[in-house]
Order: sequence, then C-alpha cells, then structure tokens
Amino acid sequence: MLDVATSAPSAALPAEAAEGRLDLGALFTESEVPEFLAELDEGLIGLKPVKRRIREIAAHLVIGRAREKLGLTSGAPTLHMAFTGNPGTGKTTVALKMAQILHRLGYVRRGHLVSVTRDDLVGQYIGHTAPKTKEILKKAMGGVLFIDEAYYLYRPENERDYGQEAIEILLQVMENQRDDLVVILAGYKDRMDRFFESNPGFRSRIAHHIDFPDYEDAELVEIAKTMAADADYTFSPEAEVAIEEYVAKRRLQPNFANARSIRNALDRMRLRQSLRLFESGGLADRAALSTISEGDVRASRVFAGGIDAPDYKPQTE
Amino acid sequence: MRITQGTFSFLPDLTAAQVKAQIQYALDQNWAVSVEYTDDPHPRNTYWEMWGLPMFDLRDAAGVYGEVEACRTAHPGKYVRVNAFDSNRGWETVRLSFIVQRPEKEDGFRLDRTEGPGRTQRYALQHRSYAAG
Repeated sequence: MLDVATSAPSAALPAEAAEGRLDLGALFTESEVPEFLAELDEGLIGLKPVKRRIREIAAHLVIGRAREKLGLTSGAPTLHMAFTGNPGTGKTTVALKMAQILHRLGYVRRGHLVSVTRDDLVGQYIGHTAPKTKEILKKAMGGVLFIDEAYYLYRPENERDYGQEAIEILLQVMENQRDDLVVILAGYKDRMDRFFESNPGFRSRIAHHIDFPDYEDAELVEIAKTMAADADYTFSPEAEVAIEEYVAKRRLQPNFANARSIRNALDRMRLRQSLRLFESGGLADRAALSTISEGDVRASRVFAGGIDAPDYKPQTE
Repeated sequence: MRITQGTFSFLPDLTAAQVKAQIQYALDQNWAVSVEYTDDPHPRNTYWEMWGLPMFDLRDAAGVYGEVEACRTAHPGKYVRVNAFDSNRGWETVRLSFIVQRPEKEDGFRLDRTEGPGRTQRYALQHRSYAAG
C-alpha cells in the first residue's frame, strides 16, 4: 500500500479504487484535513506534541477511510480522547478543532461540540442523574461531548455520590454508540491519572491520551501579541519588553493559568490604557487609541509582588 | 384494519433509516421532536401518552431514535408516534406526526348504533379492543 502513497494526485479516484489502488494524496486533499491542520498550526501557538498527535490521528482516520474503500477491515476506530494539561493550555480550543476535523472525515455527523462539567451531568437527588446525563448525551449525539474537569465525576470520599451513576451511563454509551458521538475528557494531569486509576473502564475505552504542555515564556509573549492584534491593539517596543518580564514573573505566582492569565492581563492592560487616555484628555489619534504603552503593563500588581502581597514594595526595575 | 393517521400512514411501515431521516429533517428545521404512545388510536384521541418530554436543542437523530427504541421496548403492541413541533412564531403547531409502531394485529373500529328519543339514531366509533369487553 505504501508505494501508492507517494503517487501524484489524480482525479481518477474511482477507477483506481476499482483496480485496487487508491490515491492517498487526493484522498487527503479531498478530506480538507490539510487545511485544518494548517489552520491549527497557524492559529495555535506552541503545543507541538499536541499538534503532532492530532496529525497522527487525522492521518490514521484518512488511512482508515482508504482501507474501507479497498475492502480491508478497518472497524470503527475508538475516537474517545483524554486531554490532560494545566489550565489555559488550549484544551477546549483544540477540542473544538477536533470536532471539526472529525466532522470533515465523516466520523461524526454534525461536528458540534457540547461542553459540560459535573453539574450538567450529575443530579441532586436519587433518580435525577440518569435523565440529566441522558439529556446531555442526546444533545451531543452526532458531535463531540467535551467533559471539562472530568475527575469531579468520581468522588471516592462519598460512596453515595451520584457521579458513579453518570459514569456508568457514559461508559455504556461510549461503548455502544461509538458511531454516534465522541467523548473528550479534560482536566489536570495528576488528577486525571488518579481518576483513570479508580475507573479502569474509562482508561480502556479512551484510545488517545493527549498531554498539553505548559507554554514557554516566548510562546506566551507571542500569544499576548496575537490576542492584542486580534483586538486591534499593538504594544509599544518598551511595552513588549515589559510583557516579557511580566510573563516571567507571573509564572512564579499562584493561580497561573497560561494563556488564560495572559488574556486576563491583556484585558486589564486595555482598561488601564483607556483610563490613561481618558485622564490625559486632549487629542487622540488612531495610533494612540491602539497602542498599549509600557506604563499600562508595568502598573500590574504582578510587578509589585503579586496578588498575595498587595503591600509589597515595588522592586527597582 | 390498518389505522391511517398522521403522515406516511398510507405507505408501508418506515424502516429505521427512514424514521431517522424524517427525524433528522425535523431537527434540521429546528422543530422539537417528541415520542408518544397509546393503545387507543381513536381519531378523537388527540392526546397520546407522552414518552418523556419533547426534546429541544438536539442536533442529531440518533438521540431521538434512542427514545423511539426505548418506547417500543417498553410498550410493545401499542401505537407509537413521533411528533415534530414547530415553535416558530406564526406556526406554533405540530408540523409532522407519523406512526412508527403499530400492534401486530390491528383491531380497527366498530360502529355502534344507539337509539335515542323519538326515532333518533346515534352513531359512535368504538375501538374494537375496548368494544370487545
């Protein structure tokens, strides 16, 4: 099969299929997956291992389709996934992209993403959980069910917890209706590992475990610039230096949530910028309205020692 | 006697794929789909028993079809129908309703004639499974 893999794309796909050859290049292009992968590469900064895994999965799915066409057994692949990683590492964003890729390849029929947490699945009293979980599952049919912080479903300290009921229903549907929906579990790495240890049924039903690494400092700066550009803001050169320092400092402080922290910081910088312009009065041109200056960045509490130390004396920079 | 009410009732029974396709059409129109069952298919019996609540915000027929299957399993030998309700302003009515299960042997109806005061004749349609008793 591999020798046909490198042949040039051609339009005569059905004829080739008839004589037992398939043009993988054409198959790949037809599926529109390359565009998605390119978009993923461009749209998401960093996350190299994640991108590679997604590329692998996408290739596997395309090959699965090719095998089907030539009458080889492919079987419905198990597509349930687990995304583990710290907060703000892009798990939800990637899940959304994953839903689109699976839709393009025809592994889910609608390609929508239903994002839920424990509250949406588990009821408050006996007999409440099953209908609630089933309701969500019905909504997710034909698409992707994304369960954020999935480990909260299982509470070992309370044996009467209704989470177990939701887990059982989930497992049953994950096994029996693999054609109808794909389940993606997400959460912090260590807690997900413990969750899988106590629910071996889950681990065995999930084919792809993808670990989302933390962003590098440089990547976070890049993300800040991209986010700012998307909102029509630019950083002054001094502000860029300040951002780099900000990222390095913020990482060491509690509740650091990668890209999400950067998003929040950016929101506050925009607030400060607005206030600065508002108070300075006078004329403001396009550049002034769109530029975030060094002062807007450096006014952050992060430079004053962080959230935990409001009275901390600012260090000399 | 084969009961003919709702859409497609003059056609042979719909296959699973056909039922799913109809449900998918209804969902694509943003209609809320519900499942109902009864043992009394009298034309005047508008309100059948509800199998769960109408299903809103669904995207794919698989969810609804699961409920159809569950209803069939729980009520073999009864009539089961699928309704699609259009909640858009200007409609707010059932746009599609079709039977997805019938009893193996359909009893049909019997015409009862009662004599009233004077020479009045009153006629009533009775479902045979009730009328037998």
